[in-house]
Amino acid sequence: MAADLPAGARSPIAARIVIYGLLLIFAVFYLLPFFVMLVTSFKTLDEIQDGNMLALPKNPTIAPWLAAWGTTCVGLTCQGIKGFFANSILMVVPAVIISTMLGAVNGYVLTKWRFPGHRLVFGMMLFACFIPFQSVLIPMALVLGTLGLAGTTAGLVLVHVVYGIGFSTLFFRNYYDAFPTELVRAAQIDGASFFQIFRRILLPSSGPIIVVTVIFQFTNIWNDFLFGASFASGDAAPMTVALNNLVSSSTGVKEYNVHMAAAMFAALPTLIVYVVAGQYLVRGLMAGAVKG
Amino acid sequence: MAFLEIEGLSKRYGGLDVLKSIDVDLEKGGFLVLVGPSGCGKSTLLNMIAGLDAVTSGAIRIDGKLVNDLHPSKRDIAMVFQSYALYPNMTVAENIGFALEMRGMPKAEREAAVAEAARMLQIEHLLKRRPGQLSGGQRQRVAMGRALVRNPRLFLFDEPLSNLDAKLRVDMRTEIKRLHHRTGATIVYVTHDQIEAMTLATKIAVLKDGVIQQVGTPSEIYNRPANLFVADFMGSPAMNLLEAEVAADGANAPRMTLRRNGAAPITLRVPETKVTPAMTPGAKIILGIRPEAITDEGSADRSAGTLDTVNVLVDVVEPAGADTLVVTNIAGKEVIARLRADAEARPGEMLQLVFNLDKAVYFDPETGIRLQ
Repeated sequence: MAADLPAGARSPIAARIVIYGLLLIFAVFYLLPFFVMLVTSFKTLDEIQDGNMLALPKNPTIAPWLAAWGTTCVGLTCQGIKGFFANSILMVVPAVIISTMLGAVNGYVLTKWRFPGHRLVFGMMLFACFIPFQSVLIPMALVLGTLGLAGTTAGLVLVHVVYGIGFSTLFFRNYYDAFPTELVRAAQIDGASFFQIFRRILLPSSGPIIVVTVIFQFTNIWNDFLFGASFASGDAAPMTVALNNLVSSSTGVKEYNVHMAAAMFAALPTLIVYVVAGQYLVRGLMAGAVKG
Repeated sequence: MAFLEIEGLSKRYGGLDVLKSIDVDLEKGGFLVLVGPSGCGKSTLLNMIAGLDAVTSGAIRIDGKLVNDLHPSKRDIAMVFQSYALYPNMTVAENIGFALEMRGMPKAEREAAVAEAARMLQIEHLLKRRPGQLSGGQRQRVAMGRALVRNPRLFLFDEPLSNLDAKLRVDMRTEIKRLHHRTGATIVYVTHDQIEAMTLATKIAVLKDGVIQQVGTPSEIYNRPANLFVADFMGSPAMNLLEAEVAADGANAPRMTLRRNGAAPITLRVPETKVTPAMTPGAKIILGIRPEAITDEGSADRSAGTLDTVNVLVDVVEPAGADTLVVTNIAGKEVIARLRADAEARPGEMLQLVFNLDKAVYFDPETGIRLQ
């Protein structure tokens, strides 16, 4: 026994070391670009040109961040990225809210108010998830043109809502499929209407799936470049397009520190959403697990 | 006129007939139990009364009014579901008061009604909890409270006790019966448990494959089952069903014989009052006799008119506490007899059993219908 114990205890420790070692390597591997972005954004241009990418800034400065936000030139205007950041916010917030709400209502109808052909409708919505972005560009442009929404943030919201409904419906349908139908029947007998049942019975139990959908939609819509570049030009362009215009402009000195700071601004909202909503996601999943 | 009338009610899903021309009615204050094996259509029938399933053909009338196309909330019914269907995000009080809230009852009145229902079911201390924090029995009470608070014209119960453990089930059964007596409510209750059906019902409807087999009081169903299915389904242990032949020489004293493997046939008398025109000499019949009508000498009902004694070989002895079940073999089939608890019976030994033939019923082996 006494001889066995150390040997038995050693091998799990060895396994731990290997596991944590590997995890550390992968973490460093994935964090390295982020690290370079972060340190570069606090360096002066001179220091960057000295060439040591991984070094910490010798004279940390927030000037690049201020420049990126307020004064750097994107295309012909030199007012920083703040306007484009605002565009993205104005695009992503309504698009996420509307597509999530529509997905929830769709999921509710497709599971609890089944009608003849509900499978076909769901199948077609699912199909929308697999259509490549590129193939809808021209029809979408025609629609936006007809509606008079071409080149506007409202137009982008519409595009993202239409494209997002497939995914959000899929999420909510699968979630509500497991939701006990007897609750809906009980509420019907209790005299609750279609929307009362949705609002009072289903929605309060939908926390986890709302968080999942919001994270997914927010990330997708915020990071979208193709639709932004195609349907919103000039002052209406979203952050991603502006970042591209900033970085790929070919005149003057490349202000890497400003570019990195702008890229940080572009990445920040999705990071915040993950940190804040991710917490609720885990909490929601845990609550469901305990209730069983 | 009955309070609940169901007339020629049918339900078809796709090409499948789930219910075929159901006729049953229930007087005000009655307790109708729909019983049958799973898949017999009893829950569908209940859902149709509730308005949760559409009617294919036929009529459902509550208090004389046709409700076929009336929305569930307009039928003035309350339903207790098998899973209880408590709203997980609401407290017990909110659960019970939800239907009143949906009907626009003012808050103060609502709270008084909820308190009254909670008092009746002794769940006042649970009002602030959520369903997730309750035990099975407590959830069951809340589900009943939610039905009671509305004071509906008709209560519907869909296998409400099947998720409870055995002891709690018996307690809640008594509770439901007491509630029925106290409130005088009209109840339709679905179960697959024949004991629940017997104990609760004022009227039982036995269903099989979407067809009503028999409607009657518990005693009618138990003592005079309409056919072999009802005879076999109701009662635990089940009724003994034995092949017999009407004796050829039974002119003055009608008798039947039961063949046995490797032993002399048994001859039993048929009481005069039980003789039917179908019992011609040589005719094959099925004798139905409940375990409690086959017993030991000491427990036999001495007031019975026709008692016949038979010697049998004991196969299995099952002491059940209150009585002892003895399994033996007659006419190639297992026969269960219910003896007193301290009866002397040992497997492998011969035992004298007394058949109380006053309690026997007879069936046509071809159609399965009871001879009368």
